[in-house]
Amino acid sequence: MSASTNGNSKPRYHLLSVRVENRAGVLARVAGLFARRGFNIVSLAVAPTQDERFSRISIVVDVESAPLSQIVEQLAKLINVVKISELDPGDAREAELLLVTVGVPRAGGKGLGELIGRFGATVLEESAEATMIMLVGDSESLDDFEAGLERYGIVEIQRTGRIGLPTLSPST
Amino acid sequence: MEVTGAQALIMSLEAQGVEVAFGIPGGAILPVYDPILDSSIRHIHVRHEQGAGHAAEGYADATGRPGVAIVTSGPGATNIVTPVADAYMDSVPLVVVAGQVAAGAIGTDAFQEVDTTGVTMGVTKHNYLVKDASEISRIVAEAFHIATTGRPGPVLIDFPKDVANMRIEWEPAGGVDLPGYWPPMEPDPEAIRRAAELIRDARRPVFYVGGGVVKAEASPVLAELVAATGIPVVTTLMARGAFPDSSPLCLGMPGMHGSYTAVTAIQKSDLLVSLGARFDDRVTGKVAAFAPEARVIHVDIDPAEIGKVRRPDVAVIADCRLAIEALVAALAEGGPLDAGRLAAWTAELAEWRTRFPYTYDAGDGSTIKPQYVVEQLRAATPPDTILVSGVGQHQMWASQFWQFERPRTWINSGGLGTMGFAVPAAMGAKVGRPDRMVWAIDGDGCFQMTAQELVTMSMEHIPVKIAILNNSYLGMVRQWQQMFYKERYSSVYLSPDLPDYVGWAESMGCVGLLVTAPEEVRPAIEKANEIDDRSVVIDFRTDAAEQVYPIVPAGMSNDDIVLHPSQAGAAR
Repeated sequence: MSASTNGNSKPRYHLLSVRVENRAGVLARVAGLFARRGFNIVSLAVAPTQDERFSRISIVVDVESAPLSQIVEQLAKLINVVKISELDPGDAREAELLLVTVGVPRAGGKGLGELIGRFGATVLEESAEATMIMLVGDSESLDDFEAGLERYGIVEIQRTGRIGLPTLSPST
Repeated sequence: MEVTGAQALIMSLEAQGVEVAFGIPGGAILPVYDPILDSSIRHIHVRHEQGAGHAAEGYADATGRPGVAIVTSGPGATNIVTPVADAYMDSVPLVVVAGQVAAGAIGTDAFQEVDTTGVTMGVTKHNYLVKDASEISRIVAEAFHIATTGRPGPVLIDFPKDVANMRIEWEPAGGVDLPGYWPPMEPDPEAIRRAAELIRDARRPVFYVGGGVVKAEASPVLAELVAATGIPVVTTLMARGAFPDSSPLCLGMPGMHGSYTAVTAIQKSDLLVSLGARFDDRVTGKVAAFAPEARVIHVDIDPAEIGKVRRPDVAVIADCRLAIEALVAALAEGGPLDAGRLAAWTAELAEWRTRFPYTYDAGDGSTIKPQYVVEQLRAATPPDTILVSGVGQHQMWASQFWQFERPRTWINSGGLGTMGFAVPAAMGAKVGRPDRMVWAIDGDGCFQMTAQELVTMSMEHIPVKIAILNNSYLGMVRQWQQMFYKERYSSVYLSPDLPDYVGWAESMGCVGLLVTAPEEVRPAIEKANEIDDRSVVIDFRTDAAEQVYPIVPAGMSNDDIVLHPSQAGAAR
């Protein structure tokens, strides 16, 4: 998904890093806004920041559903939204976490151990029938890893969606 | 001083300068209704919560001050959702306090419990659930700040009963601290410079004036800007009166039922200067065909309106009054404009105005034409009369045939199109401006939706006048069924005399008058004007065959405007 574009080389999915007041119902306000304006959320992650008054929401938005400026300006109108940064891939570090259970033991799947090693993934649990694996990385790596696992039979999978922060050495 | 949460609420409202609140008590809001007895706030006890909301809107529209409503939990709160949504669409500053079940009972499906903040999230500028009585003074101060600044709108405070009963040490609100709320005010000088340049160079410019000009109290500076530039003005449904209809540069209302000249001026313009308007679909028609040759300057205080419908060439994100002042200054700095630059344009507009005014068939005198009633009302009432309307044909005729000369003399439901708006909103307007004559022009369908508030008017001595243009139909729906559904009339017939409107008015303590012939119209209006100790309802039996013209059929280009049959074929 993260490699998708809308055909004219502009990325279709944008990562917004949104600082919000840490108040009850803020996530509902953000989600409700996207729903009623017809904006598509690709993924969303939310957690408190080091300052307990604020939380940070990482939202990957689909700009085919609405222009990015509309999404940003409508979001900015929410009183509890304090700051919105669009994280440009060149100027940000991004990561995503994947947990997956495949229906074979590590040794039982031909090449599974090799795949895990190549991506630097971590085996969290093993049983006679299944292996639970964790991988942290950029979304493309996670896509590739997920594709590589398909032949082993994915039983359950959960991805967090992209999160990000501005890079320490911006290009501009 | 130790007070209850409810007392703190009332004291906070008083601190905000609230003089009037509209509402109905009930279980969860009981604690709040006790300190109201000792308060300077006049509480107007309405008969339905929808009436409280629309009355608060009418009050706000007439005065420019925020309207306040107080309701109970559950059905009280849901009954006021329609006016809250109406205020959200039309940017009306409103603060609504809703009772809520005790905080500990929230989420248990308690008696009269509704997730009020959840229900109103999409139709409020912001809302609050009060968790602790010590928050009340801060929340009320924030609510009024949010409701009245930037793009105004409704704010709802959900107030659990146990929080209202909590005892706290009273502390008035300090300064408002909202880290995520910084409404724009001053325009960017560079944007103003570029806008002034476009205005200077335009040959077929139009000022597209919306409700934002009224909210920003920008009519005086708009008059200066028009005088300085000679550029003609269209006033949207929300902006009628923002610029005087009597000016030769006023082209009237644009949009679906706008004047031919206003609609066509926009279509043929080379520069559209939008001042506090939002390119609503009822104005643009088919967006792709809207003002195709125009460059656009979009002045709005809400950044999210910029580019929402039409990408502007210059965006000015600012308070409308400050932006217009800056434009006037920037234009003056550049020296006088070429006086002859608009000669061809204004001549063309003048010709359209002469050829294609609003018109109707006067008939043979056997029936009352609704447009005639509007004309007679205008002629027989003081110039500063506040006119309120419901939604439908009568609303369009009121906008078309009334002559508006000043802002805040026209109150209606534009964006949401709420039938039943007129009666309670007129009541609220009269409460806010007791010095003014307040007339409502209503439809028979609309009237039946909210006319219980006639009782409130009688009980509270709020004398307004209501003209029902009674055509015994849901007239606008009927018009669409006639034009677009092959005259298959489905659920649009009401009845001319069921209910008996005169009897309805009289039973609610008002004067009721029945008018069935054209020659009775003016005398009835004059009689109503003489009654100022009670509200008056006039049942005008009007010609059901009348249609609103012009009309741009929904989804069509404004170029496809359909004129009154007597003018058809003559355009362009």
